[in-house]
Amino acid sequence: MKLPIYMDYNATTPVDPKVLEAMLPYFKEEFGNAASRSHSFGWRAEEAVEHARAQVAAAIGASPKEIIWTSGATESNNIAIKGVAAMYADKGRHIITQPTEHKAVIDPCKYLEQHGYQVTFLPVDKYGMVDPEDVRKAITSETVLVSIMHGNNEIGTLQPIGEIGRICKAQGVLFHTDACQTFAKLPINVEEMGIDLLSCSGHKIYGPKGVGALYVRRKNPRVRCEPVLHGGGHERGIRSGTLNVPGIVGMGRAAELCVRHQAEELARVTALRDRLKDGILGRLSHVYLNGHPTQRIPNNLNLSFLYVEGESLMMGFNDIAVSSGSACTSASLEPSYVLKALGLGDDLAHSSIRFSVGRFTTAEEVDYAIERVCTAVERLRELSPLYEMVQEGIDLSKVQWAAH
Amino acid sequence: MAYSQKVVDHYENPRNVGSLDKNDPAVGTGVVGAPECGDVMKLQIKCDEQGRIVDAKFKTFGCGSAIASSSLATEWIKGKTLDQALAIKNTEIVKELSLPPVKIHCSVLAEDAIRAAIEDYRQKQRTTVETAVAGQ
Repeated sequence: MKLPIYMDYNATTPVDPKVLEAMLPYFKEEFGNAASRSHSFGWRAEEAVEHARAQVAAAIGASPKEIIWTSGATESNNIAIKGVAAMYADKGRHIITQPTEHKAVIDPCKYLEQHGYQVTFLPVDKYGMVDPEDVRKAITSETVLVSIMHGNNEIGTLQPIGEIGRICKAQGVLFHTDACQTFAKLPINVEEMGIDLLSCSGHKIYGPKGVGALYVRRKNPRVRCEPVLHGGGHERGIRSGTLNVPGIVGMGRAAELCVRHQAEELARVTALRDRLKDGILGRLSHVYLNGHPTQRIPNNLNLSFLYVEGESLMMGFNDIAVSSGSACTSASLEPSYVLKALGLGDDLAHSSIRFSVGRFTTAEEVDYAIERVCTAVERLRELSPLYEMVQEGIDLSKVQWAAH
Repeated sequence: MAYSQKVVDHYENPRNVGSLDKNDPAVGTGVVGAPECGDVMKLQIKCDEQGRIVDAKFKTFGCGSAIASSSLATEWIKGKTLDQALAIKNTEIVKELSLPPVKIHCSVLAEDAIRAAIEDYRQKQRTTVETAVAGQ
Protein backbone atom coordinates (compact mmCIF):
# COMPACT_ATOMS: atom_id res chain seq x y z
CA MET A 1 0.00 0.00 0.00
CA LYS A 2 1.56 3.26 -1.12
CA LEU A 3 1.39 6.40 0.94
CA PRO A 4 0.00 9.01 0.69
CA ILE A 5 -3.34 7.46 -0.21
CA TYR A 6 -5.48 9.34 -2.71
CA MET A 7 -9.15 9.67 -1.79
CA ASP A 8 -10.03 12.84 -3.67
CA TYR A 9 -11.30 11.35 -6.95
CA ASN A 10 -14.09 13.95 -7.13
CA ALA A 11 -11.37 16.59 -7.45
CA THR A 12 -9.46 14.81 -10.21
CA THR A 13 -8.35 11.35 -11.31
CA PRO A 14 -5.04 9.93 -12.52
CA VAL A 15 -4.79 9.21 -16.24
CA ASP A 16 -5.39 5.50 -16.81
CA PRO A 17 -2.33 3.78 -18.33
CA LYS A 18 -4.45 2.63 -21.30
CA VAL A 19 -5.56 6.20 -21.89
CA LEU A 20 -1.99 7.49 -21.78
CA GLU A 21 -0.96 4.80 -24.25
CA ALA A 22 -3.71 5.88 -26.66
CA MET A 23 -2.63 9.53 -26.39
CA LEU A 24 1.14 9.24 -26.84
CA PRO A 25 1.28 8.80 -30.65
CA TYR A 26 -0.56 12.13 -30.96
CA PHE A 27 2.30 13.86 -29.18
CA LYS A 28 4.86 12.11 -31.36
CA GLU A 29 4.47 10.91 -34.97
CA GLU A 30 0.80 11.80 -35.26
CA PHE A 31 1.18 15.47 -34.43
CA GLY A 32 -0.98 16.80 -37.25
CA ASN A 33 -3.52 19.57 -36.86
CA ALA A 34 -6.97 18.01 -37.23
CA ALA A 35 -8.01 21.02 -39.33
CA SER A 36 -5.27 20.51 -41.90
CA ARG A 37 -7.34 19.23 -44.80
CA SER A 38 -4.59 18.92 -47.38
CA HIS A 39 -2.31 16.21 -46.10
CA SER A 40 -2.29 12.89 -44.29
CA PHE A 41 -0.97 14.33 -41.02
CA GLY A 42 -4.19 16.29 -40.75
CA TRP A 43 -6.43 13.50 -42.01
CA ARG A 44 -5.12 11.05 -39.45
CA ALA A 45 -5.55 13.56 -36.65
CA GLU A 46 -9.08 14.27 -37.81
CA GLU A 47 -9.87 10.57 -37.92
CA ALA A 48 -8.71 10.16 -34.33
CA VAL A 49 -10.81 13.14 -33.24
CA GLU A 50 -13.91 11.76 -34.94
CA HIS A 51 -13.37 8.35 -33.38
CA ALA A 52 -13.16 10.00 -29.94
CA ARG A 53 -16.27 12.02 -30.70
CA ALA A 54 -18.19 8.81 -31.28
CA GLN A 55 -16.84 7.32 -28.05
CA VAL A 56 -18.05 10.32 -26.04
CA ALA A 57 -21.43 10.39 -27.81
CA ALA A 58 -22.00 6.71 -27.12
CA ALA A 59 -21.68 7.32 -23.37
CA ILE A 60 -24.83 9.47 -23.37
CA GLY A 61 -26.85 8.07 -26.28
CA ALA A 62 -26.14 11.03 -28.56
CA SER A 63 -24.98 11.37 -32.15
CA PRO A 64 -21.30 12.25 -32.68
CA LYS A 65 -22.50 15.30 -34.61
CA GLU A 66 -23.85 16.66 -31.34
CA ILE A 67 -20.51 16.65 -29.49
CA ILE A 68 -18.37 19.81 -29.34
CA TRP A 69 -14.83 19.65 -27.95
CA THR A 70 -13.79 22.22 -25.37
CA SER A 71 -10.96 22.85 -22.92
CA GLY A 72 -12.97 21.40 -20.06
CA ALA A 73 -16.33 21.44 -18.33
CA THR A 74 -15.91 25.04 -17.18
CA GLU A 75 -15.73 26.14 -20.77
CA SER A 76 -18.61 23.80 -21.73
CA ASN A 77 -20.75 25.35 -19.00
CA ASN A 78 -19.87 28.85 -20.16
CA ILE A 79 -20.89 28.08 -23.73
CA ALA A 80 -24.08 26.36 -22.65
CA ILE A 81 -25.18 29.21 -20.42
CA LYS A 82 -23.82 32.37 -22.01
CA GLY A 83 -24.04 31.04 -25.56
CA VAL A 84 -27.65 29.89 -25.25
CA ALA A 85 -28.69 33.05 -23.42
CA ALA A 86 -27.26 35.21 -26.18
CA MET A 87 -28.83 33.14 -28.98
CA TYR A 88 -32.31 33.15 -27.45
CA ALA A 89 -32.26 36.67 -26.02
CA ASP A 90 -35.26 37.63 -28.15
CA LYS A 91 -37.33 34.87 -26.62
CA GLY A 92 -36.60 35.89 -23.05
CA ARG A 93 -34.01 36.64 -20.39
CA HIS A 94 -34.82 34.30 -17.56
CA ILE A 95 -32.63 31.40 -16.42
CA ILE A 96 -33.33 28.84 -13.72
CA THR A 97 -30.64 27.08 -11.71
CA GLN A 98 -29.89 26.15 -8.08
CA PRO A 99 -27.37 27.17 -5.42
CA THR A 100 -25.29 23.98 -5.11
CA GLU A 101 -24.13 24.10 -8.74
CA HIS A 102 -20.42 24.27 -9.47
CA LYS A 103 -19.05 27.80 -9.72
CA ALA A 104 -18.63 27.22 -13.45
CA VAL A 105 -22.44 27.36 -13.67
CA ILE A 106 -23.16 29.87 -10.92
CA ASP A 107 -20.68 32.48 -12.09
CA PRO A 108 -21.86 32.59 -15.71
CA CYS A 109 -25.40 32.99 -14.33
CA LYS A 110 -24.27 35.82 -12.04
CA TYR A 111 -22.52 37.42 -14.99
CA LEU A 112 -25.75 37.30 -16.97
CA GLU A 113 -27.61 38.81 -14.01
CA GLN A 114 -25.38 41.84 -14.35
CA HIS A 115 -26.25 42.05 -18.03
CA GLY A 116 -29.98 42.29 -17.91
CA TYR A 117 -30.89 38.69 -17.13
CA GLN A 118 -33.02 37.39 -14.33
CA VAL A 119 -31.81 34.24 -12.61
CA THR A 120 -33.92 32.11 -10.30
CA PHE A 121 -31.98 30.00 -7.79
CA LEU A 122 -34.39 27.23 -6.84
CA PRO A 123 -34.60 26.15 -3.21
CA VAL A 124 -32.94 22.88 -2.24
CA ASP A 125 -33.84 20.60 0.64
CA LYS A 126 -31.46 19.62 3.44
CA TYR A 127 -29.90 17.03 1.10
CA GLY A 128 -29.33 19.63 -1.58
CA MET A 129 -32.00 18.17 -3.80
CA VAL A 130 -34.21 20.19 -6.15
CA ASP A 131 -37.94 19.43 -6.31
CA PRO A 132 -38.99 19.07 -9.98
CA GLU A 133 -42.29 20.76 -9.07
CA ASP A 134 -40.33 23.89 -8.15
CA VAL A 135 -38.79 23.83 -11.62
CA ARG A 136 -42.23 23.64 -13.20
CA LYS A 137 -43.52 26.51 -11.06
CA ALA A 138 -40.53 28.71 -11.79
CA ILE A 139 -40.75 28.46 -15.58
CA THR A 140 -42.25 31.52 -17.27
CA SER A 141 -42.71 32.60 -20.87
CA GLU A 142 -39.37 34.43 -20.52
CA THR A 143 -37.39 31.35 -19.49
CA VAL A 144 -34.74 30.28 -21.98
CA LEU A 145 -32.69 27.78 -19.99
CA VAL A 146 -32.83 25.52 -16.97
CA SER A 147 -29.43 24.34 -15.70
CA ILE A 148 -29.34 21.62 -13.04
CA MET A 149 -26.31 19.41 -12.44
CA HIS A 150 -26.58 15.63 -12.40
CA GLY A 151 -24.32 14.71 -9.46
CA ASN A 152 -22.94 17.21 -6.96
CA ASN A 153 -19.17 17.16 -6.66
CA GLU A 154 -19.08 18.08 -2.97
CA ILE A 155 -21.92 16.25 -1.28
CA GLY A 156 -22.70 13.66 -3.94
CA THR A 157 -26.44 14.31 -4.22
CA LEU A 158 -27.97 13.12 -7.50
CA GLN A 159 -30.60 15.47 -8.92
CA PRO A 160 -33.73 14.01 -10.55
CA ILE A 161 -32.68 15.22 -14.00
CA GLY A 162 -34.95 12.77 -15.86
CA GLU A 163 -38.05 14.33 -14.31
CA ILE A 164 -36.67 17.85 -14.71
CA GLY A 165 -35.89 17.16 -18.36
CA ARG A 166 -39.44 15.96 -18.99
CA ILE A 167 -40.88 19.07 -17.37
CA CYS A 168 -38.66 21.31 -19.47
CA LYS A 169 -39.63 19.44 -22.65
CA ALA A 170 -43.30 19.83 -21.88
CA GLN A 171 -42.82 23.58 -21.38
CA GLY A 172 -40.55 24.09 -24.36
CA VAL A 173 -37.58 25.27 -22.30
CA LEU A 174 -34.02 24.10 -22.94
CA PHE A 175 -32.44 21.92 -20.26
CA HIS A 176 -28.70 21.86 -19.58
CA THR A 177 -26.98 19.57 -17.12
CA ASP A 178 -23.41 19.66 -15.79
CA ALA A 179 -22.64 15.93 -15.75
CA CYS A 180 -18.95 16.06 -14.80
CA GLN A 181 -19.21 13.61 -11.94
CA THR A 182 -21.56 11.15 -13.62
CA PHE A 183 -20.59 11.15 -17.32
CA ALA A 184 -19.64 7.64 -18.48
CA LYS A 185 -19.88 6.38 -14.90
CA LEU A 186 -23.67 6.34 -14.54
CA PRO A 187 -26.12 5.50 -17.32
CA ILE A 188 -27.19 8.72 -19.05
CA ASN A 189 -29.44 8.90 -22.09
CA VAL A 190 -30.11 12.35 -23.47
CA GLU A 191 -33.30 11.21 -25.25
CA GLU A 192 -34.91 9.51 -22.28
CA MET A 193 -33.89 12.28 -19.90
CA GLY A 194 -34.90 15.19 -22.14
CA ILE A 195 -31.43 16.74 -22.01
CA ASP A 196 -30.62 19.45 -24.55
CA LEU A 197 -27.11 20.38 -23.41
CA LEU A 198 -24.63 18.45 -21.29
CA SER A 199 -21.14 19.33 -19.98
CA CYS A 200 -18.45 16.80 -19.20
CA SER A 201 -14.74 16.70 -18.53
CA GLY A 202 -11.78 14.44 -19.25
CA HIS A 203 -9.97 14.58 -15.96
CA LYS A 204 -12.88 13.21 -13.91
CA ILE A 205 -12.96 9.94 -15.88
CA TYR A 206 -9.26 8.93 -15.79
CA GLY A 207 -8.50 11.07 -18.83
CA PRO A 208 -6.27 14.11 -19.13
CA LYS A 209 -6.88 17.60 -17.83
CA GLY A 210 -7.51 20.42 -20.29
CA VAL A 211 -10.18 18.72 -22.37
CA GLY A 212 -13.94 18.45 -22.09
CA ALA A 213 -17.03 18.23 -24.22
CA LEU A 214 -20.39 19.87 -24.65
CA TYR A 215 -23.36 17.93 -26.02
CA VAL A 216 -25.62 20.22 -28.07
CA ARG A 217 -28.89 18.69 -29.28
CA ARG A 218 -29.54 18.83 -33.02
CA LYS A 219 -33.07 17.41 -33.25
CA ASN A 220 -36.27 18.00 -31.37
CA PRO A 221 -35.33 20.78 -31.00
CA ARG A 222 -32.28 21.97 -32.83
CA VAL A 223 -30.36 23.88 -30.18
CA ARG A 224 -28.25 26.78 -31.27
CA CYS A 225 -25.75 28.70 -29.19
CA GLU A 226 -23.44 31.60 -29.79
CA PRO A 227 -19.76 30.93 -29.44
CA VAL A 228 -17.77 32.21 -26.51
CA LEU A 229 -14.51 31.94 -28.43
CA HIS A 230 -14.41 33.48 -31.90
CA GLY A 231 -11.84 32.52 -34.47
CA GLY A 232 -11.38 29.96 -37.21
CA GLY A 233 -14.89 28.56 -36.93
CA HIS A 234 -13.95 25.09 -35.64
CA GLU A 235 -16.58 22.74 -34.18
CA ARG A 236 -19.32 24.06 -36.46
CA GLY A 237 -18.57 27.64 -35.46
CA ILE A 238 -19.40 26.95 -31.84
CA ARG A 239 -15.86 26.63 -30.56
CA SER A 240 -12.94 28.03 -32.51
CA GLY A 241 -9.43 26.93 -31.77
CA THR A 242 -7.10 24.17 -32.86
CA LEU A 243 -8.23 20.93 -31.34
CA ASN A 244 -6.26 19.40 -28.49
CA VAL A 245 -5.89 16.14 -30.40
CA PRO A 246 -3.97 14.14 -27.76
CA GLY A 247 -6.39 15.33 -25.06
CA ILE A 248 -9.39 14.49 -27.19
CA VAL A 249 -8.08 11.05 -28.02
CA GLY A 250 -7.48 10.52 -24.31
CA MET A 251 -10.96 11.65 -23.32
CA GLY A 252 -12.54 9.40 -25.93
CA ARG A 253 -10.59 6.35 -24.78
CA ALA A 254 -11.30 7.20 -21.14
CA ALA A 255 -15.03 7.44 -21.84
CA GLU A 256 -15.00 4.14 -23.70
CA LEU A 257 -13.21 2.39 -20.83
CA CYS A 258 -15.64 3.78 -18.26
CA VAL A 259 -18.66 2.74 -20.28
CA ARG A 260 -17.32 -0.75 -20.94
CA HIS A 261 -16.85 -1.44 -17.23
CA GLN A 262 -19.63 0.81 -15.98
CA ALA A 263 -21.80 -1.70 -14.13
CA GLU A 264 -19.02 -3.61 -12.39
CA GLU A 265 -17.09 -0.46 -11.48
CA LEU A 266 -20.27 1.09 -10.10
CA ALA A 267 -20.72 -1.90 -7.81
CA ARG A 268 -17.05 -2.03 -6.78
CA VAL A 269 -16.76 1.67 -5.98
CA THR A 270 -20.09 1.76 -4.14
CA ALA A 271 -18.95 -1.15 -1.97
CA LEU A 272 -15.68 0.59 -1.10
CA ARG A 273 -17.45 3.83 -0.29
CA ASP A 274 -19.95 2.00 1.90
CA ARG A 275 -17.13 0.11 3.60
CA LEU A 276 -15.53 3.46 4.49
CA LYS A 277 -18.85 4.88 5.68
CA ASP A 278 -19.78 1.87 7.80
CA GLY A 279 -16.28 1.67 9.25
CA ILE A 280 -16.32 5.28 10.39
CA LEU A 281 -19.95 5.45 11.53
CA GLY A 282 -19.55 2.16 13.33
CA ARG A 283 -16.79 3.53 15.51
CA LEU A 284 -17.58 7.22 16.00
CA SER A 285 -20.58 9.05 17.37
CA HIS A 286 -21.76 12.55 16.37
CA VAL A 287 -20.97 12.11 12.68
CA TYR A 288 -23.34 13.62 10.12
CA LEU A 289 -23.66 12.53 6.46
CA ASN A 290 -23.93 15.48 4.09
CA GLY A 291 -26.02 14.99 0.96
CA HIS A 292 -28.71 12.47 0.18
CA PRO A 293 -28.32 9.09 1.89
CA THR A 294 -29.29 7.01 -1.16
CA GLN A 295 -29.54 9.28 -4.21
CA ARG A 296 -25.86 10.01 -4.37
CA ILE A 297 -22.95 9.41 -6.67
CA PRO A 298 -21.41 6.07 -5.82
CA ASN A 299 -17.89 7.14 -4.91
CA ASN A 300 -18.60 10.13 -2.69
CA LEU A 301 -18.74 10.33 1.11
CA ASN A 302 -19.04 13.74 2.72
CA LEU A 303 -19.10 13.62 6.51
CA SER A 304 -19.21 16.28 9.20
CA PHE A 305 -17.36 15.21 12.34
CA LEU A 306 -19.04 17.31 14.99
CA TYR A 307 -16.96 19.31 17.41
CA VAL A 308 -13.77 18.86 15.41
CA GLU A 309 -12.54 21.28 12.74
CA GLY A 310 -11.81 20.01 9.22
CA GLU A 311 -8.32 21.35 8.62
CA SER A 312 -7.00 20.16 11.96
CA LEU A 313 -8.56 16.78 11.21
CA MET A 314 -6.78 16.51 7.87
CA MET A 315 -3.50 17.29 9.66
CA GLY A 316 -4.25 14.28 11.84
CA PHE A 317 -4.39 11.89 8.89
CA ASN A 318 -2.14 13.75 6.49
CA ASP A 319 -1.11 10.59 4.65
CA ILE A 320 -4.61 10.45 3.16
CA ALA A 321 -5.56 13.01 0.49
CA VAL A 322 -9.09 14.33 0.90
CA SER A 323 -10.75 17.75 0.92
CA SER A 324 -12.82 19.78 3.36
CA GLY A 325 -15.62 22.32 3.33
CA SER A 326 -14.01 24.19 6.21
CA ALA A 327 -13.29 27.88 5.82
CA CYS A 328 -9.75 27.31 7.01
CA THR A 329 -8.98 25.30 3.89
CA SER A 330 -10.23 27.83 1.39
CA ALA A 331 -8.20 30.75 0.12
CA SER A 332 -11.09 33.09 0.81
CA LEU A 333 -11.69 31.84 4.39
CA GLU A 334 -15.33 31.25 3.41
CA PRO A 335 -16.86 27.92 4.36
CA SER A 336 -18.28 25.75 1.58
CA TYR A 337 -21.18 27.51 -0.14
CA VAL A 338 -22.68 24.14 -1.01
CA LEU A 339 -22.98 23.12 2.63
CA LYS A 340 -24.28 26.58 3.48
CA ALA A 341 -27.02 26.15 0.89
CA LEU A 342 -28.23 23.05 2.75
CA GLY A 343 -29.13 25.39 5.61
CA LEU A 344 -27.37 23.26 8.18
CA GLY A 345 -25.17 25.86 9.87
CA ASP A 346 -21.57 26.89 9.31
CA ASP A 347 -20.23 24.70 12.09
CA LEU A 348 -21.14 21.62 10.01
CA ALA A 349 -19.20 23.07 7.08
CA HIS A 350 -16.13 23.64 9.28
CA SER A 351 -16.24 20.02 10.40
CA SER A 352 -16.75 18.48 6.99
CA ILE A 353 -14.45 16.16 5.08
CA ARG A 354 -15.09 14.85 1.57
CA PHE A 355 -13.77 11.37 0.82
CA SER A 356 -14.09 10.12 -2.75
CA VAL A 357 -12.81 6.71 -3.86
CA GLY A 358 -12.10 5.53 -7.38
CA ARG A 359 -10.69 3.02 -9.83
CA PHE A 360 -7.41 2.48 -8.00
CA THR A 361 -8.74 2.47 -4.44
CA THR A 362 -8.33 -0.80 -2.55
CA ALA A 363 -10.08 -2.28 0.47
CA GLU A 364 -6.75 -2.16 2.30
CA GLU A 365 -6.55 1.60 1.75
CA VAL A 366 -10.12 2.02 2.98
CA ASP A 367 -9.41 0.05 6.16
CA TYR A 368 -6.26 2.08 6.81
CA ALA A 369 -8.24 5.29 6.29
CA ILE A 370 -10.93 4.21 8.74
CA GLU A 371 -8.33 3.61 11.43
CA ARG A 372 -6.45 6.86 10.83
CA VAL A 373 -9.56 9.01 10.58
CA CYS A 374 -11.24 7.61 13.69
CA THR A 375 -8.06 7.91 15.74
CA ALA A 376 -7.61 11.53 14.64
CA VAL A 377 -11.22 12.42 15.46
CA GLU A 378 -11.02 10.81 18.88
CA ARG A 379 -7.80 12.66 19.64
CA LEU A 380 -9.14 16.02 18.51
CA ARG A 381 -12.33 15.56 20.52
CA GLU A 382 -10.10 15.32 23.59
CA LEU A 383 -8.86 18.78 22.62
CA SER A 384 -12.30 20.15 21.81
CA PRO A 385 -14.07 22.56 24.17
CA LEU A 386 -17.27 21.93 22.19
CA TYR A 387 -17.14 18.18 22.73
CA GLU A 388 -16.48 18.79 26.43
CA MET A 389 -19.56 21.03 26.67
CA VAL A 390 -21.71 18.46 24.90
CA GLN A 391 -20.50 15.74 27.29
CA GLU A 392 -21.55 18.02 30.15
CA GLY A 393 -25.03 18.16 28.66
CA ILE A 394 -24.82 21.75 27.42
CA ASP A 395 -26.95 22.63 24.39
CA LEU A 396 -24.48 24.40 22.09
CA SER A 397 -27.24 26.14 20.16
CA LYS A 398 -28.18 28.03 23.32
CA VAL A 399 -24.70 29.32 24.13
CA GLN A 400 -23.85 33.01 23.74
CA TRP A 401 -20.54 32.97 21.92
CA ALA A 402 -18.06 35.83 22.28
CA ALA A 403 -17.21 35.93 18.59
CA HIS A 404 -15.57 38.96 16.93
CA MET B 1 -0.98 24.10 3.49
CA ALA B 2 2.62 23.80 4.62
CA TYR B 3 2.88 24.22 8.38
CA SER B 4 5.93 25.41 10.27
CA GLN B 5 7.71 22.78 12.33
CA LYS B 6 6.56 24.49 15.53
CA VAL B 7 2.90 24.40 14.54
CA VAL B 8 3.21 20.70 13.71
CA ASP B 9 4.95 20.12 17.05
CA HIS B 10 2.19 21.83 19.03
CA TYR B 11 -0.39 19.86 17.08
CA GLU B 12 1.32 16.49 17.66
CA ASN B 13 2.33 17.29 21.26
CA PRO B 14 0.00 19.97 22.56
CA ARG B 15 0.98 21.44 25.89
CA ASN B 16 -1.46 21.76 28.78
CA VAL B 17 -4.55 20.19 27.20
CA GLY B 18 -7.37 19.75 29.66
CA SER B 19 -9.61 21.51 32.11
CA LEU B 20 -9.39 23.13 35.50
CA ASP B 21 -12.32 23.30 37.88
CA LYS B 22 -14.18 26.39 36.75
CA ASN B 23 -15.89 26.66 40.11
CA ASP B 24 -12.55 26.99 41.89
CA PRO B 25 -12.26 30.64 42.98
CA ALA B 26 -8.60 30.65 41.98
CA VAL B 27 -9.46 29.65 38.40
CA GLY B 28 -10.30 32.04 35.56
CA THR B 29 -11.99 30.69 32.41
CA GLY B 30 -12.07 32.42 29.05
CA VAL B 31 -14.06 31.08 26.07
CA VAL B 32 -13.69 33.01 22.81
CA GLY B 33 -14.72 32.49 19.22
CA ALA B 34 -17.80 30.74 17.82
CA PRO B 35 -18.51 27.40 16.11
CA GLU B 36 -19.89 29.18 13.02
CA CYS B 37 -16.50 30.87 12.61
CA GLY B 38 -14.67 27.57 12.86
CA ASP B 39 -12.67 28.70 15.90
CA VAL B 40 -13.45 28.28 19.62
CA MET B 41 -10.76 28.49 22.29
CA LYS B 42 -11.21 27.76 26.00
CA LEU B 43 -8.28 28.90 28.11
CA GLN B 44 -8.14 28.52 31.89
CA ILE B 45 -5.67 29.88 34.47
CA LYS B 46 -5.12 29.03 38.09
CA CYS B 47 -3.47 31.67 40.26
CA ASP B 48 -1.79 31.62 43.65
CA GLU B 49 -2.46 34.19 46.41
CA GLN B 50 0.08 36.55 44.86
CA GLY B 51 -1.87 36.58 41.58
CA ARG B 52 0.78 34.63 39.73
CA ILE B 53 -0.40 32.08 37.17
CA VAL B 54 0.65 28.66 38.42
CA ASP B 55 -1.30 26.49 35.99
CA ALA B 56 -2.95 26.94 32.61
CA LYS B 57 -5.02 24.61 30.45
CA PHE B 58 -6.64 24.90 27.04
CA LYS B 59 -9.03 23.22 24.65
CA THR B 60 -9.50 24.39 21.07
CA PHE B 61 -11.87 23.69 18.18
CA GLY B 62 -10.02 25.05 15.15
CA CYS B 63 -7.31 24.49 12.59
CA GLY B 64 -3.71 23.47 13.31
CA SER B 65 -2.63 27.10 13.67
CA ALA B 66 -5.40 27.79 16.18
CA ILE B 67 -4.48 24.75 18.24
CA ALA B 68 -0.81 25.73 18.17
CA SER B 69 -1.56 29.36 19.09
CA SER B 70 -3.58 28.41 22.15
CA SER B 71 -1.14 25.68 23.18
CA LEU B 72 1.72 28.20 22.98
CA ALA B 73 -0.33 30.74 24.94
CA THR B 74 -0.71 28.35 27.89
CA GLU B 75 3.03 27.66 27.77
CA TRP B 76 3.91 31.31 27.88
CA ILE B 77 1.54 32.48 30.62
CA LYS B 78 2.55 29.86 33.19
CA GLY B 79 4.67 31.46 35.86
CA LYS B 80 3.76 35.00 34.82
CA THR B 81 1.83 37.58 36.77
CA LEU B 82 -1.54 38.62 35.35
CA ASP B 83 -0.15 41.90 34.05
CA GLN B 84 2.77 40.13 32.40
CA ALA B 85 0.33 37.72 30.74
CA LEU B 86 -1.83 40.61 29.50
CA ALA B 87 1.25 42.08 27.84
CA ILE B 88 1.56 39.13 25.46
CA LYS B 89 0.82 40.29 21.94
CA ASN B 90 -0.56 38.19 19.10
CA THR B 91 2.33 39.34 16.90
CA GLU B 92 4.72 37.48 19.19
CA ILE B 93 2.70 34.30 18.64
CA VAL B 94 2.76 34.88 14.87
CA LYS B 95 6.52 35.24 14.94
CA GLU B 96 7.14 32.22 17.17
CA LEU B 97 4.95 29.92 15.04
CA SER B 98 5.77 31.53 11.67
CA LEU B 99 2.06 31.91 10.94
CA PRO B 100 1.22 32.98 7.37
CA PRO B 101 -0.99 36.08 6.89
CA VAL B 102 -4.13 34.02 6.40
CA LYS B 103 -3.67 32.50 9.90
CA ILE B 104 -2.91 35.65 11.85
CA HIS B 105 -6.46 35.76 13.19
CA CYS B 106 -5.73 32.52 15.11
CA SER B 107 -3.09 34.35 17.13
CA VAL B 108 -5.51 37.23 17.77
CA LEU B 109 -8.02 34.79 19.18
CA ALA B 110 -5.36 33.27 21.46
CA GLU B 111 -4.52 36.73 22.80
CA ASP B 112 -8.27 37.30 23.34
CA ALA B 113 -8.50 33.99 25.19
CA ILE B 114 -5.75 35.02 27.63
CA ARG B 115 -7.53 38.31 28.27
CA ALA B 116 -10.88 36.62 28.75
CA ALA B 117 -9.46 34.14 31.27
CA ILE B 118 -7.76 36.91 33.24
CA GLU B 119 -10.87 39.07 33.18
CA ASP B 120 -12.93 36.15 34.46
CA TYR B 121 -10.42 35.52 37.27
CA ARG B 122 -10.40 39.22 38.24
CA GLN B 123 -14.18 39.35 38.15
CA LYS B 124 -14.31 36.38 40.54
CA GLN B 125 -11.80 38.09 42.85
CA ARG B 126 -13.95 41.24 42.92
CA THR B 127 -17.05 39.21 43.74
CA THR B 128 -15.22 37.35 46.52
CA VAL B 129 -14.08 40.63 48.04
CA GLU B 130 -17.59 42.11 47.80
CA THR B 131 -19.08 39.05 49.44
CA ALA B 132 -16.46 39.15 52.18
CA VAL B 133 -17.07 42.85 52.78
CA ALA B 134 -20.85 42.38 52.79
CA GLY B 135 -20.53 39.57 55.30
CA GLN B 136 -18.68 41.69 57.85
